[in-house]
Amino acid sequence: MTNNNEIIRNGLWGNNVALVQLLGLCPLLAVTSTVINGVGLGIATLITLVLSNTIVSLIRGFVRKEVRLPVFVLIIASVVTIIELGMKALFYDLYLVLGIFIPLIVTNCAIIGRAEGFASRNPVGPAALDGLMMGMGFLGVLALLGGLREIVGFGTLFANAHLMFGAAAKSLTIHLNQDYPGFLLAVLPPGAFFGLALLIGAKNWLDLRPQEKTETAEPLAEGA
Amino acid sequence: MIAVGRRQILISGLFLWLFAAVGTTLVALTEFGTSDAIVENERRVLLRNLYALLPRDRLDNDIAADTLELPPSTLLGTEEASKAYRARLQGKPVAVVFNSVAPDGYNGRIYLLVGVYVDGSLAGVRVVRHAETPGLGDGIEIRKSSWIKGFDGKSLTNPDTSDWRVRRDGGEFDQLSGATITPRAVVAAVRNTLLYYLQNADMIFD
Repeated sequence: MTNNNEIIRNGLWGNNVALVQLLGLCPLLAVTSTVINGVGLGIATLITLVLSNTIVSLIRGFVRKEVRLPVFVLIIASVVTIIELGMKALFYDLYLVLGIFIPLIVTNCAIIGRAEGFASRNPVGPAALDGLMMGMGFLGVLALLGGLREIVGFGTLFANAHLMFGAAAKSLTIHLNQDYPGFLLAVLPPGAFFGLALLIGAKNWLDLRPQEKTETAEPLAEGA
Repeated sequence: MIAVGRRQILISGLFLWLFAAVGTTLVALTEFGTSDAIVENERRVLLRNLYALLPRDRLDNDIAADTLELPPSTLLGTEEASKAYRARLQGKPVAVVFNSVAPDGYNGRIYLLVGVYVDGSLAGVRVVRHAETPGLGDGIEIRKSSWIKGFDGKSLTNPDTSDWRVRRDGGEFDQLSGATITPRAVVAAVRNTLLYYLQNADMIFD
Protein backbone atom coordinates (compact mmCIF):
# COMPACT_ATOMS: atom_id res chain seq x y z
CA MET A 1 0.00 0.00 0.00
CA THR A 2 2.85 2.36 0.75
CA ASN A 3 5.37 2.84 -1.97
CA ASN A 4 8.78 4.37 -1.54
CA ASN A 5 8.02 7.67 -3.22
CA GLU A 6 5.12 8.23 -0.92
CA ILE A 7 7.28 7.44 2.12
CA ILE A 8 9.91 9.91 0.95
CA ARG A 9 7.40 12.65 0.24
CA ASN A 10 5.60 12.13 3.52
CA GLY A 11 8.76 12.18 5.58
CA LEU A 12 10.33 15.21 4.00
CA TRP A 13 7.25 17.28 3.35
CA GLY A 14 3.67 16.04 3.45
CA ASN A 15 3.75 14.61 6.95
CA ASN A 16 6.88 16.36 8.22
CA VAL A 17 7.51 15.57 11.88
CA ALA A 18 8.17 19.14 12.91
CA LEU A 19 6.01 21.16 10.52
CA VAL A 20 2.92 18.98 10.18
CA GLN A 21 2.86 16.47 13.01
CA LEU A 22 4.36 19.07 15.37
CA LEU A 23 6.17 16.38 17.36
CA GLY A 24 9.43 16.65 19.24
CA LEU A 25 8.98 20.37 19.78
CA CYS A 26 10.82 20.46 23.11
CA PRO A 27 14.26 19.69 21.68
CA LEU A 28 13.38 21.42 18.42
CA LEU A 29 12.67 24.73 20.11
CA ALA A 30 15.36 24.42 22.75
CA VAL A 31 18.51 23.65 20.78
CA THR A 32 18.01 25.50 17.52
CA SER A 33 19.89 28.65 18.47
CA THR A 34 22.53 27.82 15.85
CA VAL A 35 22.73 25.64 12.73
CA ILE A 36 25.34 23.35 14.23
CA ASN A 37 23.32 22.67 17.38
CA GLY A 38 20.29 21.92 15.25
CA VAL A 39 22.19 19.63 12.91
CA GLY A 40 23.84 17.83 15.83
CA LEU A 41 20.54 16.99 17.46
CA GLY A 42 18.96 16.31 14.07
CA ILE A 43 21.55 13.69 13.16
CA ALA A 44 21.23 12.00 16.55
CA THR A 45 17.44 11.91 16.15
CA LEU A 46 17.73 10.62 12.60
CA ILE A 47 19.99 7.74 13.62
CA THR A 48 17.61 6.91 16.45
CA LEU A 49 14.64 6.89 14.09
CA VAL A 50 16.31 4.63 11.52
CA LEU A 51 17.55 2.15 14.12
CA SER A 52 14.35 2.03 16.16
CA ASN A 53 12.17 1.71 13.06
CA THR A 54 14.38 -1.08 11.70
CA ILE A 55 14.45 -3.03 14.95
CA VAL A 56 10.72 -2.57 15.59
CA SER A 57 9.95 -3.77 12.08
CA LEU A 58 12.21 -6.80 12.48
CA ILE A 59 10.46 -7.94 15.62
CA ARG A 60 6.96 -6.95 14.56
CA GLY A 61 6.05 -10.58 13.78
CA PHE A 62 6.51 -11.94 17.24
CA VAL A 63 6.21 -9.04 19.63
CA ARG A 64 3.09 -9.50 21.71
CA LYS A 65 0.47 -6.84 21.42
CA GLU A 66 0.08 -6.32 25.18
CA VAL A 67 3.74 -5.50 25.74
CA ARG A 68 4.61 -3.86 22.44
CA LEU A 69 4.76 -0.30 23.76
CA PRO A 70 7.12 -1.09 26.66
CA VAL A 71 9.24 -3.09 24.21
CA PHE A 72 9.39 -0.13 21.81
CA VAL A 73 10.35 2.18 24.65
CA LEU A 74 13.08 -0.24 25.69
CA ILE A 75 14.45 -0.36 22.16
CA ILE A 76 14.40 3.41 21.77
CA ALA A 77 15.97 3.99 25.18
CA SER A 78 18.76 1.51 24.43
CA VAL A 79 19.46 3.05 21.03
CA VAL A 80 19.55 6.57 22.45
CA THR A 81 21.84 5.58 25.31
CA ILE A 82 24.22 3.94 22.86
CA ILE A 83 24.19 7.07 20.68
CA GLU A 84 24.81 9.24 23.72
CA LEU A 85 27.82 7.15 24.73
CA GLY A 86 29.13 7.21 21.16
CA MET A 87 28.76 10.96 21.02
CA LYS A 88 30.57 11.39 24.32
CA ALA A 89 33.40 9.27 22.95
CA LEU A 90 33.62 10.88 19.50
CA PHE A 91 32.19 14.42 19.67
CA TYR A 92 32.63 15.36 23.30
CA ASP A 93 32.53 19.12 22.73
CA LEU A 94 29.29 18.88 20.81
CA TYR A 95 27.95 16.67 23.57
CA LEU A 96 28.76 19.41 26.07
CA VAL A 97 26.68 21.83 24.00
CA LEU A 98 23.68 19.59 23.38
CA GLY A 99 23.82 18.30 26.94
CA ILE A 100 20.55 16.96 28.22
CA PHE A 101 18.80 17.02 24.88
CA ILE A 102 20.39 13.78 23.74
CA PRO A 103 18.81 11.63 26.47
CA LEU A 104 15.61 13.57 25.84
CA ILE A 105 15.41 12.08 22.35
CA VAL A 106 13.84 9.11 24.14
CA THR A 107 10.85 11.29 24.92
CA ASN A 108 10.53 12.59 21.36
CA CYS A 109 7.03 11.38 20.47
CA ALA A 110 7.97 11.29 16.82
CA ILE A 111 10.09 8.21 17.43
CA ILE A 112 7.56 6.05 19.26
CA GLY A 113 4.95 7.49 16.91
CA ARG A 114 6.77 6.09 13.87
CA ALA A 115 7.50 2.82 15.66
CA GLU A 116 3.86 2.26 16.52
CA GLY A 117 2.26 3.97 13.53
CA PHE A 118 4.49 2.71 10.74
CA ALA A 119 7.35 0.38 11.57
CA SER A 120 5.26 -2.15 13.49
CA ARG A 121 3.03 -2.65 10.42
CA ASN A 122 5.54 -2.59 7.57
CA PRO A 123 8.49 -4.65 6.34
CA VAL A 124 12.03 -3.68 7.22
CA GLY A 125 12.89 -1.84 3.99
CA PRO A 126 10.04 0.66 4.05
CA ALA A 127 10.34 1.01 7.84
CA ALA A 128 14.01 1.95 7.63
CA LEU A 129 13.29 4.31 4.74
CA ASP A 130 10.47 5.88 6.71
CA GLY A 131 12.81 6.42 9.66
CA LEU A 132 15.43 7.94 7.40
CA MET A 133 13.00 10.27 5.68
CA MET A 134 11.16 11.33 8.83
CA GLY A 135 14.58 11.92 10.38
CA MET A 136 15.73 13.99 7.40
CA GLY A 137 12.54 16.01 7.50
CA PHE A 138 13.12 16.74 11.18
CA LEU A 139 16.81 17.43 10.61
CA GLY A 140 15.99 19.83 7.80
CA VAL A 141 13.64 21.86 9.96
CA LEU A 142 16.16 21.89 12.83
CA ALA A 143 18.88 23.15 10.50
CA LEU A 144 16.62 25.72 8.85
CA LEU A 145 15.28 27.06 12.14
CA GLY A 146 18.79 27.07 13.57
CA GLY A 147 20.05 29.01 10.56
CA LEU A 148 17.22 31.49 10.75
CA ARG A 149 17.77 32.19 14.43
CA GLU A 150 21.56 32.25 14.12
CA ILE A 151 21.49 34.80 11.27
CA VAL A 152 18.96 37.05 12.95
CA GLY A 153 20.25 36.56 16.49
CA PHE A 154 24.03 36.56 16.05
CA GLY A 155 24.62 37.57 12.44
CA THR A 156 26.64 34.40 11.81
CA LEU A 157 26.17 31.04 10.15
CA PHE A 158 27.84 27.73 11.05
CA ALA A 159 29.43 29.14 14.20
CA ASN A 160 31.11 26.39 16.25
CA ALA A 161 31.24 24.06 13.26
CA HIS A 162 34.50 22.73 14.71
CA LEU A 163 32.51 21.06 17.49
CA MET A 164 31.26 18.62 14.90
CA PHE A 165 33.77 18.63 12.07
CA GLY A 166 37.05 19.23 13.87
CA ALA A 167 39.37 22.21 14.02
CA ALA A 168 39.57 22.52 10.24
CA ALA A 169 35.93 23.58 10.15
CA LYS A 170 36.56 26.74 12.16
CA SER A 171 36.86 28.68 8.92
CA LEU A 172 33.36 27.56 7.93
CA THR A 173 31.84 30.22 10.12
CA ILE A 174 30.35 33.00 8.08
CA HIS A 175 30.09 36.44 9.63
CA LEU A 176 27.47 38.27 7.63
CA ASN A 177 28.33 41.64 9.09
CA GLN A 178 31.14 42.25 11.57
CA ASP A 179 29.29 45.10 13.29
CA TYR A 180 25.98 43.28 13.59
CA PRO A 181 24.77 44.01 17.12
CA GLY A 182 22.74 40.81 17.38
CA PHE A 183 19.04 40.49 17.97
CA LEU A 184 18.53 38.80 21.29
CA LEU A 185 14.89 37.86 20.84
CA ALA A 186 15.72 35.43 18.06
CA VAL A 187 18.02 33.44 20.33
CA LEU A 188 15.69 33.42 23.32
CA PRO A 189 12.80 30.91 23.48
CA PRO A 190 10.23 33.28 21.92
CA GLY A 191 12.43 33.46 18.83
CA ALA A 192 12.12 29.70 18.49
CA PHE A 193 8.33 29.90 18.52
CA PHE A 194 8.25 32.79 16.06
CA GLY A 195 10.73 31.04 13.78
CA LEU A 196 8.82 27.75 13.81
CA ALA A 197 5.55 29.59 13.19
CA LEU A 198 7.09 31.33 10.18
CA LEU A 199 8.35 28.01 8.80
CA ILE A 200 4.96 26.35 9.24
CA GLY A 201 3.30 29.36 7.62
CA ALA A 202 5.74 29.23 4.72
CA LYS A 203 5.11 25.52 4.21
CA ASN A 204 1.35 25.97 4.20
CA TRP A 205 1.66 28.91 1.83
CA LEU A 206 3.74 26.80 -0.55
CA ASP A 207 1.24 23.94 -0.32
CA LEU A 208 -1.75 26.13 -1.04
CA ARG A 209 -0.26 28.34 -3.71
CA PRO A 210 -0.70 26.36 -6.94
CA GLN A 211 -4.37 26.14 -7.85
CA GLU A 212 -4.34 23.01 -9.97
CA LYS A 213 -1.97 20.68 -8.24
CA THR A 214 -1.63 16.97 -7.92
CA GLU A 215 -3.96 15.30 -5.50
CA THR A 216 -2.38 15.52 -2.05
CA ALA A 217 -1.53 12.11 -0.79
CA GLU A 218 -3.52 11.01 2.22
CA PRO A 219 -1.26 11.44 5.19
CA LEU A 220 -0.19 8.21 6.80
CA ALA A 221 -1.53 7.27 10.20
CA GLU A 222 -0.76 10.19 12.45
CA GLY A 223 1.84 9.43 15.09
CA ALA A 224 0.69 9.62 18.66
CA MET B 1 -8.86 -8.34 22.52
CA ILE B 2 -6.21 -8.96 25.08
CA ALA B 3 -6.21 -12.50 26.33
CA VAL B 4 -5.67 -12.70 30.06
CA GLY B 5 -4.70 -16.31 30.54
CA ARG B 6 -1.94 -16.93 33.03
CA ARG B 7 0.14 -18.46 30.26
CA GLN B 8 -0.15 -15.34 28.09
CA ILE B 9 0.86 -13.11 30.96
CA LEU B 10 3.88 -15.28 31.60
CA ILE B 11 4.94 -15.27 27.95
CA SER B 12 4.52 -11.51 27.69
CA GLY B 13 6.48 -11.01 30.86
CA LEU B 14 9.27 -13.23 29.64
CA PHE B 15 9.30 -11.43 26.31
CA LEU B 16 9.61 -8.07 28.01
CA TRP B 17 12.31 -9.45 30.25
CA LEU B 18 14.19 -10.75 27.22
CA PHE B 19 14.17 -7.34 25.59
CA ALA B 20 15.25 -5.63 28.76
CA ALA B 21 18.14 -8.08 29.02
CA VAL B 22 19.21 -7.63 25.39
CA GLY B 23 18.92 -3.84 25.60
CA THR B 24 20.87 -3.66 28.83
CA THR B 25 23.56 -5.95 27.45
CA LEU B 26 24.01 -3.80 24.35
CA VAL B 27 24.21 -0.61 26.41
CA ALA B 28 26.68 -2.24 28.78
CA LEU B 29 28.86 -3.39 25.88
CA THR B 30 28.84 0.10 24.37
CA GLU B 31 29.68 1.57 27.74
CA PHE B 32 32.56 -0.86 28.01
CA GLY B 33 33.79 0.05 24.53
CA THR B 34 33.56 3.82 24.94
CA SER B 35 34.43 4.42 28.58
CA ASP B 36 38.16 4.89 27.97
CA ALA B 37 37.57 7.45 25.25
CA ILE B 38 35.02 9.27 27.40
CA VAL B 39 37.32 9.44 30.41
CA GLU B 40 40.07 10.71 28.11
CA ASN B 41 37.75 13.36 26.66
CA GLU B 42 36.69 14.54 30.10
CA ARG B 43 40.32 14.75 31.13
CA ARG B 44 41.21 16.69 27.97
CA VAL B 45 38.46 19.24 28.58
CA LEU B 46 39.42 19.53 32.24
CA LEU B 47 43.08 20.12 31.36
CA ARG B 48 42.08 22.68 28.75
CA ASN B 49 40.08 24.55 31.40
CA LEU B 50 42.84 24.32 34.00
CA TYR B 51 45.59 25.44 31.61
CA ALA B 52 43.41 28.40 30.64
CA LEU B 53 43.82 29.58 34.22
CA LEU B 54 47.41 28.59 34.92
CA PRO B 55 50.25 29.17 32.45
CA ARG B 56 51.80 25.81 31.62
CA ASP B 57 55.28 26.89 32.62
CA ARG B 58 54.13 27.64 36.15
CA LEU B 59 53.56 23.98 36.99
CA ASP B 60 55.06 20.60 36.21
CA ASN B 61 52.81 18.15 38.04
CA ASP B 62 49.85 16.22 36.70
CA ILE B 63 47.32 18.76 37.91
CA ALA B 64 44.29 16.76 36.81
CA ALA B 65 45.41 13.91 39.06
CA ASP B 66 46.65 15.95 42.03
CA THR B 67 43.19 16.49 43.46
CA LEU B 68 41.74 17.15 46.83
CA GLU B 69 38.22 16.30 47.92
CA LEU B 70 36.65 19.25 49.73
CA PRO B 71 33.56 18.88 51.93
CA PRO B 72 30.47 20.98 51.12
CA SER B 73 31.07 24.60 52.02
CA THR B 74 28.93 27.72 52.01
CA LEU B 75 31.93 29.81 50.98
CA LEU B 76 32.47 27.64 47.90
CA GLY B 77 28.73 27.52 47.35
CA THR B 78 28.89 23.74 47.16
CA GLU B 79 26.24 21.44 48.54
CA GLU B 80 28.18 18.30 47.79
CA ALA B 81 31.83 17.39 48.06
CA SER B 82 33.85 19.18 45.38
CA LYS B 83 37.25 18.69 43.84
CA ALA B 84 40.16 21.08 43.97
CA TYR B 85 43.19 20.71 41.68
CA ARG B 86 46.67 21.47 42.97
CA ALA B 87 49.44 22.86 40.82
CA ARG B 88 53.05 22.36 41.88
CA LEU B 89 56.42 23.23 40.44
CA GLN B 90 59.24 20.89 41.44
CA GLY B 91 57.12 19.71 44.32
CA LYS B 92 56.43 23.19 45.68
CA PRO B 93 52.81 24.38 45.82
CA VAL B 94 52.03 26.97 43.17
CA ALA B 95 48.28 27.32 42.99
CA VAL B 96 44.99 25.60 43.62
CA VAL B 97 41.94 25.56 41.38
CA PHE B 98 38.54 25.35 43.07
CA ASN B 99 35.22 24.25 41.68
CA SER B 100 33.04 27.03 43.09
CA VAL B 101 29.37 27.74 42.65
CA ALA B 102 27.62 31.09 42.57
CA PRO B 103 24.24 29.94 43.91
CA ASP B 104 22.40 33.17 43.13
CA GLY B 105 22.73 33.72 39.40
CA TYR B 106 19.83 35.19 37.46
CA ASN B 107 18.87 31.74 36.21
CA GLY B 108 20.12 29.47 38.95
CA ARG B 109 23.61 28.33 39.73
CA ILE B 110 26.74 29.46 37.94
CA TYR B 111 29.57 26.93 38.07
CA LEU B 112 33.06 28.40 38.20
CA LEU B 113 36.66 27.33 38.16
CA VAL B 114 38.64 29.67 40.39
CA GLY B 115 42.42 29.51 40.33
CA VAL B 116 44.23 30.90 43.38
CA TYR B 117 48.01 31.25 43.70
CA VAL B 118 49.58 30.32 47.04
CA ASP B 119 49.94 34.00 47.92
CA GLY B 120 46.16 34.42 47.76
CA SER B 121 46.01 36.27 44.45
CA LEU B 122 43.78 35.08 41.64
CA ALA B 123 45.27 33.19 38.73
CA GLY B 124 41.97 33.56 36.97
CA VAL B 125 38.33 32.62 36.87
CA ARG B 126 36.32 30.78 34.22
CA VAL B 127 32.65 29.95 33.97
CA VAL B 128 32.14 26.26 33.42
CA ARG B 129 28.37 26.07 33.22
CA HIS B 130 25.51 28.53 33.59
CA ALA B 131 22.02 29.30 32.36
CA GLU B 132 22.22 33.09 32.29
CA THR B 133 20.39 35.12 29.66
CA PRO B 134 22.04 34.92 26.23
CA GLY B 135 23.26 38.31 25.11
CA LEU B 136 23.11 39.82 28.59
CA GLY B 137 24.29 37.68 31.50
CA ASP B 138 26.32 35.33 29.34
CA GLY B 139 28.99 38.01 29.01
CA ILE B 140 30.59 36.18 31.93
CA GLU B 141 31.68 33.54 29.40
CA ILE B 142 35.15 34.08 28.03
CA ARG B 143 33.80 33.35 24.53
CA LYS B 144 31.42 36.29 24.76
CA SER B 145 33.42 38.96 26.55
CA SER B 146 36.63 39.47 28.46
CA TRP B 147 34.79 40.57 31.59
CA ILE B 148 35.87 37.50 33.54
CA LYS B 149 39.54 38.41 32.98
CA GLY B 150 38.98 41.41 35.26
CA PHE B 151 39.64 39.05 38.16
CA ASP B 152 43.18 38.15 37.10
CA GLY B 153 45.70 39.14 39.76
CA LYS B 154 43.06 40.39 42.19
CA SER B 155 43.11 39.34 45.84
CA LEU B 156 41.32 40.15 49.09
CA THR B 157 43.67 43.08 49.68
CA ASN B 158 43.46 44.29 46.09
CA PRO B 159 40.83 45.64 46.17
CA ASP B 160 39.82 45.62 49.83
CA THR B 161 37.22 43.08 50.81
CA SER B 162 34.61 45.82 51.12
CA ASP B 163 35.18 46.79 47.47
CA TRP B 164 34.50 43.28 46.19
CA ARG B 165 31.22 44.35 44.65
CA VAL B 166 30.02 45.53 41.28
CA ARG B 167 30.17 49.27 40.63
CA ARG B 168 26.45 49.75 41.05
CA ASP B 169 26.80 48.49 44.62
CA GLY B 170 29.72 50.82 45.26
CA GLY B 171 32.49 48.32 44.51
CA GLU B 172 35.39 47.89 42.11
CA PHE B 173 34.04 45.52 39.49
CA ASP B 174 32.26 46.38 36.27
CA GLN B 175 28.81 45.07 35.74
CA LEU B 176 27.82 43.86 32.32
CA SER B 177 25.59 46.20 30.37
CA GLY B 178 22.02 45.20 31.00
CA ALA B 179 22.92 42.61 33.59
CA THR B 180 23.78 43.28 37.22
CA ILE B 181 22.53 40.21 39.00
CA THR B 182 24.83 37.82 37.13
CA PRO B 183 28.12 39.72 37.73
CA ARG B 184 27.06 40.41 41.32
CA ALA B 185 26.70 36.67 41.90
CA VAL B 186 30.04 35.88 40.27
CA VAL B 187 31.93 38.59 42.16
CA ALA B 188 30.51 37.37 45.47
CA ALA B 189 31.36 33.75 44.64
CA VAL B 190 34.96 34.61 43.72
CA ARG B 191 35.39 36.68 46.87
CA ASN B 192 34.02 33.82 48.98
CA THR B 193 36.36 31.38 47.28
CA LEU B 194 39.32 33.59 48.21
CA LEU B 195 38.05 33.71 51.79
CA TYR B 196 37.78 29.94 51.77
CA TYR B 197 41.35 29.68 50.54
CA LEU B 198 42.62 32.01 53.31
CA GLN B 199 40.83 30.00 55.97
CA ASN B 200 41.95 26.63 54.64
CA ALA B 201 45.33 27.27 53.01
CA ASP B 202 47.17 25.01 55.45
CA MET B 203 44.91 22.07 54.83
CA ILE B 204 44.94 22.41 51.03
CA PHE B 205 48.63 21.73 50.49
CA ASP B 206 49.02 19.18 53.27
